[in-house]
Amino acid sequence: MPEPVIQFEQVHKSFGATHVLKGVNLSIYKGEITTVIGKSGEGKSVLLKHIVGLLEPDSGSVLYEGRSIHSLARKERRSIKHKFSYMFQSTALFDSLTVFENIALPLRERTRFRDSEIQSRVNQRMTQLDLSETHDKYPSQLSGGMKKRVALARALITDPEIILFDEPTTGLDPIRKNAVHSMISNYQKQFGFTGVLVSHEIPDVFYISQRIVMLDEGVIVFEGRPDEIERSSNPDVIKFIRGMERKNEDLTNIAPQTIVEKRFQQEMTRLQNHNIEFSLILFTFENLDEINHHVGYIAGQTAMKNFVTLVRPYMGVTDSCSRCGLNRLVMILSNTDTNRARQFCERFSTEIQGKDLVRIQPYPEFCLAIRTGFAQATSNCNLDDLMHEAESSMNTFYEFKIC
Amino acid sequence: MNPITRLGRYVIKPVDEIGRMTLFLIYGLIHIFSWPIQFMKIIEQVFFIGMKSVFVILLTGAFTGMVLGLQGYYTLVKFGSEGLLGSAVALTLIREMGPVLTAIMVIGRAGSAMVAEIGIMRISEQIDALETMDIDPVRFLVSPRIAASLISFPILTAIFDVVGIIGGYFTGSLMLGINPGIYFARVESSVVFEDISGGFIKSIVFAIVVVTVCCFQGYMTHTRPDGFGSKGVSLSTTSAVVTSCVLVLITDYVLTSFLL
Repeated sequence: MPEPVIQFEQVHKSFGATHVLKGVNLSIYKGEITTVIGKSGEGKSVLLKHIVGLLEPDSGSVLYEGRSIHSLARKERRSIKHKFSYMFQSTALFDSLTVFENIALPLRERTRFRDSEIQSRVNQRMTQLDLSETHDKYPSQLSGGMKKRVALARALITDPEIILFDEPTTGLDPIRKNAVHSMISNYQKQFGFTGVLVSHEIPDVFYISQRIVMLDEGVIVFEGRPDEIERSSNPDVIKFIRGMERKNEDLTNIAPQTIVEKRFQQEMTRLQNHNIEFSLILFTFENLDEINHHVGYIAGQTAMKNFVTLVRPYMGVTDSCSRCGLNRLVMILSNTDTNRARQFCERFSTEIQGKDLVRIQPYPEFCLAIRTGFAQATSNCNLDDLMHEAESSMNTFYEFKIC
Repeated sequence: MNPITRLGRYVIKPVDEIGRMTLFLIYGLIHIFSWPIQFMKIIEQVFFIGMKSVFVILLTGAFTGMVLGLQGYYTLVKFGSEGLLGSAVALTLIREMGPVLTAIMVIGRAGSAMVAEIGIMRISEQIDALETMDIDPVRFLVSPRIAASLISFPILTAIFDVVGIIGGYFTGSLMLGINPGIYFARVESSVVFEDISGGFIKSIVFAIVVVTVCCFQGYMTHTRPDGFGSKGVSLSTTSAVVTSCVLVLITDYVLTSFLL
């Protein structure tokens, strides 16, 4: 069990007559991404600003590794601040500095790196976030989405231990939104930072978060894992989650995971009552991390989007498909046994060879590997079991190597 | 609210404001010398506050000197003392008009820009962003401006004085016929070191007053009770320009009474 790195203990905060936080108790665990969800104007950003010391609680305390941040000596507070990075909802870019200077500023002011080292680090982040062409532009010359990415690059440039993201993807197009989520998740795995994310992107944030916290009416009404929130019995939580979920996912234009879960339940009922079999196919983008690293995060998301576009015509009207995590797609095929699922995979794997999924010139010897597994449902299995079976080595796997 | 409470608030508020402004100035002054010294930022600000003000200082200095030449000539000629025009123009400019008019011109050109820039940075959370990056906003934004003002104001005042004296020569000698040799001899004989040092002391004090008021007003834009956002920035700008102009004139009187 990871240890809590930041804790809120009975935190109250008011602005004039408006009581925003009404006794918030919350733990943020080391090395995890915790996402704060909730309606607009509920105080999610206020919560983040308490962590970084921009706001002080009226009562209660915010603890960092067990010590109250606001009662620490100035020197200690500064040393803690060095471990934080904050991405503002409004981006808060310096409008008199160029994009490059904005991203380089924390390195120039806080480190003693040489200019060449700063340039190389900034250029690397700019390439990863598809910002290379904006090098000498000023924030006022950028679109809203670009500004978000510049702010993200600035937050990541110092490799901090704790990063607070205040709505990092609001205003981005679906590909870039997923690219940002993918990047946050990858960096978190790579560097092990603790992330606190304020977002409305449901269910996308569930794929990258280890913990979900819901703030409602100034108090925390839910704290737990993403799968637990789906099963929450709190009507306010369920209402909010269902209200925020879109009919179709932005990136792939296919159903969200909850629709596939519902479809699984329907098929299971048909199987149990009428013995009508069904199967599940799991597509895993094996080298999505490699694409992200070598070709860029945008390319990875474009590949996934284009793959879904290719697979959709092969689906029947009663079949359903959804994203399941950052690099997996799950498909439920009605009236399909193992043999027909295998035939589906064989036919599809033949058709897809030679297709250009990334739509860019990848690096030499590059292959996009999509591993496919399938399993036929039995009357007493659940969705997780079936996905696990599809993934297990007991089944035949197809690898769609697209070079 | 009873009248005594109201009176108390009227007294306490400006005292509190002056106290906070003084602390703000001291903090900014200390950070001019904190390591690493921000040479490039100071040079950038010297360029903005000083170099970019040179043209307006040349223009106002020349015309002020020319007006002084005209007025001085027609006053002195009544007493047959037009030969003293050089002294009158030089002393008026070096002791009073040079430092005061330079400060007022810089308030209009650079001071208002300082308030607006820092104010916009405040309302658009750029100053909060600096704090989250552990970059001291006062050191980053205010200290270079204080240093640059302390460098620029005396130089601009000197330019104003020289151009003003030349302006006086233009009207007094070239237009109205005073002997140029007499004009410059009077300038040289009447101006002593104390006049020049007094003028420079004034310009340094004005630099501190102007930069503190302008930076403080911009920095505290978000705390204004009478306006938020862009309206707050515009009110801060107006307030800073008016306050610093008034303070320059009041400080001028106080300094003159000590220096004479």
